[in-house]
Amino acid sequence: MNVRTIGAVLAGATLGLVATGVSAATLDDIKAKGFIQCGVSQGLPGFSTADDAGEWTGLDVDYCRAVAAAVFNDPKAVKFTPLSAKERFTALQSGEIDLLSRNTTWTMTRDTSLGLNFTGVTYYDGQGFMVRKDLGVASALELSGASVCTNTGTTTELNVADYFRANNMDYEIVAFEKADEVVQAYDAGRCDVYTTDASGLYAQRLKLTNPDDHMVLPEIISKEPLGPVVRQGDDQWFNINKWVLNALINAEELGVTSANAEEMKGSDNPAIKRLLGTEGAYGEAIGLGNDFAVQAIAATGNYGEIFDRNVGPDTPLGISRGLNALWSNGGIMYAPPVR
Amino acid sequence: MTDLSYVRTQEVPHEAPPAATTGLVGWIRENLFSSIPNAILTLFGAYLIYLLVPPILDFAFFSAIYEGVDREACLAEGGGHVGACWPFVEAKLGQYIYGRYPLEERWRIDLTGFLFLILLVPALIPNAPFKNINVILLLGAFPLAAIILLTGGAFVIPVWLWALTVIIFAGVVGLALMPVFAGQGTVSDSKGALLAIAGAFIIVALIYGVLSYDFGLIAVETPLWGGIMLTLVIAVTGIVASLPIGIMLALGRRSDMPVVKMISIIFIEFWRGVPLVTVLFMSSVVLPLFLPEGVTFDKLLRALIGVALFASAYMAEVVRGGLQAIPKGQYEGAMALGLRFWEMMGLIVLPQALKLVIPGIVNTFIGLFKDTTLVLIIGLFDLLGMIQLSFTDAKWSTPVTSHTGYLFAAIFYFIFCFGMSRYSIYMEERLHTGHKR
Repeated sequence: MNVRTIGAVLAGATLGLVATGVSAATLDDIKAKGFIQCGVSQGLPGFSTADDAGEWTGLDVDYCRAVAAAVFNDPKAVKFTPLSAKERFTALQSGEIDLLSRNTTWTMTRDTSLGLNFTGVTYYDGQGFMVRKDLGVASALELSGASVCTNTGTTTELNVADYFRANNMDYEIVAFEKADEVVQAYDAGRCDVYTTDASGLYAQRLKLTNPDDHMVLPEIISKEPLGPVVRQGDDQWFNINKWVLNALINAEELGVTSANAEEMKGSDNPAIKRLLGTEGAYGEAIGLGNDFAVQAIAATGNYGEIFDRNVGPDTPLGISRGLNALWSNGGIMYAPPVR
Repeated sequence: MTDLSYVRTQEVPHEAPPAATTGLVGWIRENLFSSIPNAILTLFGAYLIYLLVPPILDFAFFSAIYEGVDREACLAEGGGHVGACWPFVEAKLGQYIYGRYPLEERWRIDLTGFLFLILLVPALIPNAPFKNINVILLLGAFPLAAIILLTGGAFVIPVWLWALTVIIFAGVVGLALMPVFAGQGTVSDSKGALLAIAGAFIIVALIYGVLSYDFGLIAVETPLWGGIMLTLVIAVTGIVASLPIGIMLALGRRSDMPVVKMISIIFIEFWRGVPLVTVLFMSSVVLPLFLPEGVTFDKLLRALIGVALFASAYMAEVVRGGLQAIPKGQYEGAMALGLRFWEMMGLIVLPQALKLVIPGIVNTFIGLFKDTTLVLIIGLFDLLGMIQLSFTDAKWSTPVTSHTGYLFAAIFYFIFCFGMSRYSIYMEERLHTGHKR
């Protein structure tokens, strides 16, 4: 027992703390405590929010549940820690959470200098534009001379500047401190265009007086790949998270859904067999059961189901798949094969 | 010769006062239109009321939506604005009150609240009987019961804590017996002290025992706490902790003992010098970095400690104001009577000082009550946090959703703060002896 450990035990004991004992093997720790501690946002429509019963729902939340199902065969074996943007990385670094699934943009700095690893992309977001339909605009390239509502002091403002300058268009920025102010200003007609991340545009649209009178333009002018994050230095846990996500995406591609996951086990398709663990020992390689993908898919559905349930066209948000469609459907959602 | 002098034998009946000075008209002339500037101010005020009140009432009640199951109900037909979306509050009310506490365990919060009420209300009524038992139950037994009910109890009291307790008590017993060891007395001299120590030890052991006893309640972790329940937990803890700590600090700051005085000053000035947001933020974001890797401790506990210490520093200054208002003669009189320090403070000075600063104390309480909403920046969902979280539910997202939520929060906070304020005024009236002009 080195001094640091003794210190930890003492500090823990003194303050009535719980030593979670972060070690190299996160999976062992998780199995020992019986649940995954997952960091989510403090409320983002469609990604992590509490429903009427107080249960966490959303795309980010469902990913955590999928991982829990893959490890424990129980999507409820997960506890959520709502985190602010400032707290999120500290919470992961300090071992307070095992997994961060909180609409976090994958950037080089975050990936390389914070001691963290991004395990993939759950949602390709990017800055978009919303306009009134009666403006008669079909593309962002027709927005010359427009006044643009946005938040102050964020990269959105810079992105707009770059985009309009690169395309030789005039514009006027109308900036506000709070997202709600921006929406109200846009709703009141103080500007022609509202710009923020596309997922945010759809969420804010619901707060407009007549949501149906507004449309989101197809152009996306920045790259905001959102993905789950784990601590660096535990390749097994990293692989588990990476491959649960890949399994969900592959499942959609192969037509495996929460409803048919069990019967698909009997499929003749070798790709499905490998994914669902009836052939090969791919699950064992990452320290899980070979049917980890079946468990995950049965619990939350494949990527497409998760998307549709939380943010898709049939939800109030009504976000179309766009970039998040499978590569075979014109999007860029692509997972390496299980082989 | 007729007597021209005339002596009235009856009083002339009073003339009725001029119509313009009596009744409603008179009152209005007297109070609202007594001069031209007053008339202008009155008209301006009336205009402001006309401008503000009808739209608020209209939004909150007349145009409000009262029934519905999702956002569709609160959308105006073909655009335009509707009033408050009360079905949204109704759907989320459970969360606003209990946070994300498990549904089947919510009775524990109800029971805690009920116990609190039946102990608090008689304690607040001056003439209620059994005051002593009541206060002991409220300040001694109730916190224990609340901790066990809300968390589930069955704490693991580590062996070292027991050992520490035994060592401390052994030390105190040793000190109490010091005269005996020194040959300056007999054991019977120290009997009272020993009895008190033994009693204290038994109470501590009892508390440990109750806390570690498994009542068969399911453990509910603090991240699931939220809503009004969390607001009250933080506010009540802060209020209950800040008064005694504040009094101690105030006495310490006025003490002649340099170390005590120094520590009190440093403590008070440190906590008054940093904003509460910073304290909470430090406790939530920075503290985990100092702790050894893998050691976490409850976020709510961190926030509670932060809020309590912060409020204590303010309370200390309020109480010190009261202490300074007590004339020196009171201290000297108490000393002349042969009272020792604590008797002087407890019997003569503090009762007068605290009575003087009731408005300041209640002011601090109300400020603290409202400051509890700041915990939402560290990811604790108090009432306001819960309300803001519910805005992100796309099922209820409409133009009026956030207005409705904030209106609900405003009503809640107003009722509580106004209640505290009225009670403090009542208390001042009751204790005004010798100060009323």
